[in-house]
Amino acid sequence: MPEFAIRSVCAAILLSAFLSPHSVSAAGPEPYDPWPGLVQDIFDSRPMEDGSNLIALEMPTRAEDAAIVPVTLRLKPTFDARPRVVTITLVIDQNPAPMAAKFKLGADANVSEISTRVRINNYTNVHAVAETSDGKLHVVQTYVKASGGCSAPAAKNAEEAKSRLGQMRYREFAGAQNEEKSGTREAQVMIGHPNNSGLQMDQVSQLYIPALYVDRLQLWQDNSPVLSVEGGISISEDPNIRFTYVSNGAKTFRAEAKDTDGHQFRHEWKVNGSGM
Amino acid sequence: MTSRLAMHAALIMLAMVASARAQQQTLAISEIAPGVFMHQGRIALMSSDNDGAIANIGVVIGEQAVAVIDTGGSVREGRQLLASIRARTDKPIRYVINTHGHPDHMFGNAAFVADGTEFVGHIRLPQALAARGQYYLDAFRRSMGDALIDDVRIVPPTRLVDGELVLDLGGRTLIVKAWPTAHSDSDVTVFDTATKTLFAGDLVFLRHIPVLDGSIQAWLKLLDDLAALPAERVVPGHGPVSDWPQALAGERRYLETLAAGIRKDVIDGKPIAAATKHAAEAERGKWELFDDYNVRNATAAYSQFEWE
Repeated sequence: MPEFAIRSVCAAILLSAFLSPHSVSAAGPEPYDPWPGLVQDIFDSRPMEDGSNLIALEMPTRAEDAAIVPVTLRLKPTFDARPRVVTITLVIDQNPAPMAAKFKLGADANVSEISTRVRINNYTNVHAVAETSDGKLHVVQTYVKASGGCSAPAAKNAEEAKSRLGQMRYREFAGAQNEEKSGTREAQVMIGHPNNSGLQMDQVSQLYIPALYVDRLQLWQDNSPVLSVEGGISISEDPNIRFTYVSNGAKTFRAEAKDTDGHQFRHEWKVNGSGM
Repeated sequence: MTSRLAMHAALIMLAMVASARAQQQTLAISEIAPGVFMHQGRIALMSSDNDGAIANIGVVIGEQAVAVIDTGGSVREGRQLLASIRARTDKPIRYVINTHGHPDHMFGNAAFVADGTEFVGHIRLPQALAARGQYYLDAFRRSMGDALIDDVRIVPPTRLVDGELVLDLGGRTLIVKAWPTAHSDSDVTVFDTATKTLFAGDLVFLRHIPVLDGSIQAWLKLLDDLAALPAERVVPGHGPVSDWPQALAGERRYLETLAAGIRKDVIDGKPIAAATKHAAEAERGKWELFDDYNVRNATAAYSQFEWE
């Protein structure tokens, strides 16, 4: 992942939690479009096809809380033997660290949906680029109106946040899917972590609170990889990944995460028979 | 209209505007109980149009000294408040109490920095301001404008409250009480014992939708203790002066409705986007600024209930 000099980026910090997004007009001319440069930096200028037959990217047009913006990546069902999706890269073009996350889909897990929450720092295009096993790239995009997500202060409740630090939770969701298609499961993993962006400032010291974020999360069912996530500062506090996959009958679900200070978090859970 | 008439009309308009501006040098405050004054903020978002004057402000005058409860959303508003106080008394302003650390309640602090004036607040308020002060200054620059923001200074309290603190204004005491994280992580209330007037800060909202920047579960939990305070009237953080404890009914209903709905959605596994979109829909017609804050409140509540 390319190193972005986060602190040297002049992040135009616009809206706080107390300003309505409605009261802000996107004033002035459209800012410079960073996407061509990002295609170069992140994807080595590889060609990309329109991916709308393959993948859908769902985000609110206007985000109410710029520090917690839900995003869902949904792979469209395939009726023929198409090359499977190997990775999905989520790029938030105007963010100081645009590469928000890179998801690697386990070869045998049949992941069909991934949701998480991100920080949006400015009105921006968001791109999702899926790479298939034949080496082709497929891109979709959407536009989100929000500001200030990367510099928004952490933790409404500092005590609660402290008590959560390092905790990992796993949850399976009961759903119609689980009955219709045997083996399809929807689950969620969350980690208590401030995911400090490095752009939040301490008023007293006038220094930025150092970046400290979960940069890797790996999920297995028994020993078979389901999903792994390379994350950056654009992932919201308390990283939360919700996903749909196909169970191989495994009895355990395992997660390992690491943050930029080298802290490691590990947990294993028993998989329920069906639903919760 | 002849040009002469037009000119007369213009001159009259000019005179009206000029006198209106002259009146704006002081902040309108009204006496709600003997020696207790308040300014009711506009129910609106902070902007250069309103000088950020959207929060309620209190003033209590004792035999020897004056206390100010919150200073408004700009130094301009703070100065106008100071002028209003000086128009009524020349007693020293001994205490400026910030009910919590949100910009609409403390951006006016700089107008009151003076020898002999102590800033009072929750024991967690200095840390809250350290973490968020700069962010607020940057965030509000666009809507408030450079002129208003350039004057603002983040002034933290030096007299800290953990539990209760009694302040004496000369023959008149105020009880400042620190609360657990609820609306924010540094909420205090101020009780004037002489008139049984409760300045509740943003622990109480009327008309203006309650804003959640702390913990919804804890806020709900403390409402009974808040209601038990022996006040006859409350000055909420936003909205009209009201009887106590009846004033809590609306806010309790909103928080309970929001909490119940979101808790159920979390238990049912409803994803965050869907759950927050239609949260507390039954409350829509009952609050101003509903669309500005409700989904944000729901998002905060959702994250909290996920970890419950």
